[in-house]
Amino acid sequence: MDHRADLTELERRLLDRYQHGLPLSATPYADMAAALDVPEAEVLAALDRMQQLGVLSRVGPVFRTHAVGVSTLAAMAVPEARLDEVAAIVTSFAAVNHNYEREHRFNLWFVATAASDAELAEVLDKIEQLTDIKVMPLPMLEDYHIDLGFTLQWT
Amino acid sequence: MDMKTTHPGFGRDAVRIPLSELDLAVIGAIQAGLPLVSRPYAALAAQLGIAEAALVERLASLHERGVIKRMGLVVRHRELGYGANAMVVWDVPDGEVAELGRCLSKFDFVTLCYRRPRQGRDWPYNLFCMIHGQDREEVRGKLRQLVQCCGLEDIPHTLLFSRRRFKQRGARYRNAAEREPVTS
Repeated sequence: MDHRADLTELERRLLDRYQHGLPLSATPYADMAAALDVPEAEVLAALDRMQQLGVLSRVGPVFRTHAVGVSTLAAMAVPEARLDEVAAIVTSFAAVNHNYEREHRFNLWFVATAASDAELAEVLDKIEQLTDIKVMPLPMLEDYHIDLGFTLQWT
Repeated sequence: MDMKTTHPGFGRDAVRIPLSELDLAVIGAIQAGLPLVSRPYAALAAQLGIAEAALVERLASLHERGVIKRMGLVVRHRELGYGANAMVVWDVPDGEVAELGRCLSKFDFVTLCYRRPRQGRDWPYNLFCMIHGQDREEVRGKLRQLVQCCGLEDIPHTLLFSRRRFKQRGARYRNAAEREPVTS
């Protein structure tokens, strides 16, 4: 799964430099290419390849939590034998954008996002109905972190 | 949809930034990411039936108003060598949460840091942060560093390592209650 060794010098430079501050011009990729002194076609090819590899989720915005719609982290304590089945149900909702197994009595952790409180509550209710397992919502109350992306270690 | 109201629920303590219909349309068009073409904003603007310059201006405004935290490459950490990620949860006296949250957030290996509600006896923790590392030993070392630097020796905490990732992608803000084909 670790694709660091597969990445070219240009791909690494793109990841190091453009996790934030994407040029807000009509031609952001050409601007990035000019800053890195390579042709635009190489930047586009590198981004496309990193998306194929799964290294890059997308090029775009990260929204401040609760600035658009509402979201919540939620946890479930799922019997081990049912974990695959329950995880698949949770993942099947369009509202769910993250879903992880964690080592704890509460072993399934997901984030759900919706346009309104009512819609979000409906998603959590449906998950409880479909799985017959209680969902513990843990909505964000305050954010202390300034997101500038992720400082990558290449070795 | 009026985003100006204070929602009594999940987002109850959030600062509400007023969003126009155009803001919401632009957010809807860009939430899954920019197309990899020379004029990506022109492509999205065409879908919305607005001018490219109007879309770029609107994105700049959303950024300035703090709706967009950052614009750029959004990475998937496991594919970049960060095989270990742990959620660390702390049971902090209520009056000290903000101060400790700001202390934890100063470290570049902390990628999220939120105050969340306790949930009775089931869940006494009210401060959450995420630590990524290449392996579990590295994550544990970073946790020791946090405990030491922020003076957390007497604060109860639990470390929840992730095991399987079932889904990871950007949020979608519309049609949330629908179910979709499993892709991950």
